[in-house]
Amino acid sequence: MIHPIPPGTRDVLPDEMRELRRLNRLLIEVFEEAGYGEVSTPAIEYDEVISRGERPQAASPYRFFDENGDLLALRSDMTVPIARLVATRFADAPKPLRLCYLASAYRAVTPQRGEMREFVQAGIELIGAPGADGTAEVIGVLEAALDAAGLDRTVIGLGHADLYRNLLTEFGVDGEARDAILTRLATHDLVGLEAELSEAGIGTAATEACVALSQLRGGAEVLERAREIGGDAIERTTTRLQRTYEKLLESGTADRVQIDFGLLRDLGYYSGAIFEVYDPALGHILGGGGRYDGFLSKFGPDLPAAGFSLYLERVHVAQMEEEARRAERTAS
Amino acid sequence: MAGVAGGGARSDGPLKLAVPRGALFGETLDVLDAAGVDTSPLRGDSRSLIFHTDEMTLVTMRPSDVPTYVEAGAADVGITGKDVLLEQADRTVYELLDLGFGKCRMVLAGPRGDERMGETFRRLGTMRIATKYPRIAERYFEDTGRQVELIEVKGSVELAPLIGLGDGIVDLVATGRTLAENDLEVREEIVDCTARFVANRVAHKLRASEVDDLTARLRVASRA
Repeated sequence: MIHPIPPGTRDVLPDEMRELRRLNRLLIEVFEEAGYGEVSTPAIEYDEVISRGERPQAASPYRFFDENGDLLALRSDMTVPIARLVATRFADAPKPLRLCYLASAYRAVTPQRGEMREFVQAGIELIGAPGADGTAEVIGVLEAALDAAGLDRTVIGLGHADLYRNLLTEFGVDGEARDAILTRLATHDLVGLEAELSEAGIGTAATEACVALSQLRGGAEVLERAREIGGDAIERTTTRLQRTYEKLLESGTADRVQIDFGLLRDLGYYSGAIFEVYDPALGHILGGGGRYDGFLSKFGPDLPAAGFSLYLERVHVAQMEEEARRAERTAS
Repeated sequence: MAGVAGGGARSDGPLKLAVPRGALFGETLDVLDAAGVDTSPLRGDSRSLIFHTDEMTLVTMRPSDVPTYVEAGAADVGITGKDVLLEQADRTVYELLDLGFGKCRMVLAGPRGDERMGETFRRLGTMRIATKYPRIAERYFEDTGRQVELIEVKGSVELAPLIGLGDGIVDLVATGRTLAENDLEVREEIVDCTARFVANRVAHKLRASEVDDLTARLRVASRA
């Protein structure tokens, strides 16, 4: 008998499970060693809680009623449940708090595109540690996790979530025009970006500055190149990125980091530093994270926070690709 | 396993460029030549799909497959029409450059001198529209506040209204000759489409200098 399962979900059989389990253990060990305690939260939460974290248009796609008529939702990541947990269970605990997790999350992505609707994330949240120090600690743990997984070719793109909002304010663009421009930047549609910018009537110089900035990525030298473009918003962002980058240099964890002025993450709650993880073996990102200062105030005390999550199955695929590559090189 | 993360897309070796076969093929080769990419192996009558040059690997495919390969990272960069990108708007590819050639228009067309579309819309509050571009059509009618019944066809869409499948069509028009030959006329213009240069998001980060260099060369070549 063949019984189907919903699109975007899958069974895991013993051979794969054994490897995933090994990877899980490695990652959690790295997190525990860095002082992050593992937590687990329910996969279903009250929709009212989950939807606090999201932009209204990105609420959980999986919602249903329980026997009391309460609206429940499947979590779409772990950051929101952990924000809820911190406000509820650790309100009076000394800060910073260090928590980690390994958990399934759910998103209504289009199947058959290399993305699953149910997927496992491994990550950490650092609550109550502000600024460059906090960000650098999180990136340091991320590096250790990638090392433990044997991914020596991964790159961490480091950018800033507020850059374009501030830059457009500086150019006097707001409201719908600003949202349209931010959408183009988020989808990296440069042709559309130029069209929206010129429609906003900010002049050729500002348009060119914005487009050039979105293509600026590389080592420490891009900080200088950003400064050459000029303006207060860019100066502020560059100074912050530089501070974070210097912290990473100090702690010896800057090797993998690529500074990226074009980086924008889709999740609505980020403020400050943001990052994404790339591996040459995969066309999709391995994970990402960033600062979400201000977000916890939706649940309780306003605490600065940062974290990251890795897509476990993708890290596993990248591991396999890297192993195959190393085997090839040894053979030749 | 392949479904999990699009495995097998390697960014080692030469940059992989997806080249569209079909209407955009000739001009794509011309602009690549002008940008200093050797396309002579593609100009023969070889049945091969993959061609190696010193600098990069050129992979030929249907234009509508380009976003699929580029999104998955199987190709690092590619060239395809804006119509394809709009129809597959949910795919994550970076659109880096308008190459300017392959210009055509997405239009709403109906039988010449025939008021069937208006008549059906007035009496039934809807229109039946045949198209190969259901998502572009759906978005257009939504944006203009009209309810229509879309009928997706794969082949010559001009046929549909002629034999009673639908009142009109949404289709891509270059010269308008096919429309004219089938007694159809443009009623509304939806969007202009040209060829675009796109990149995989990971390749855009990890092979930044190669991607930027090719973008700059194509920019110059396409403006010439």
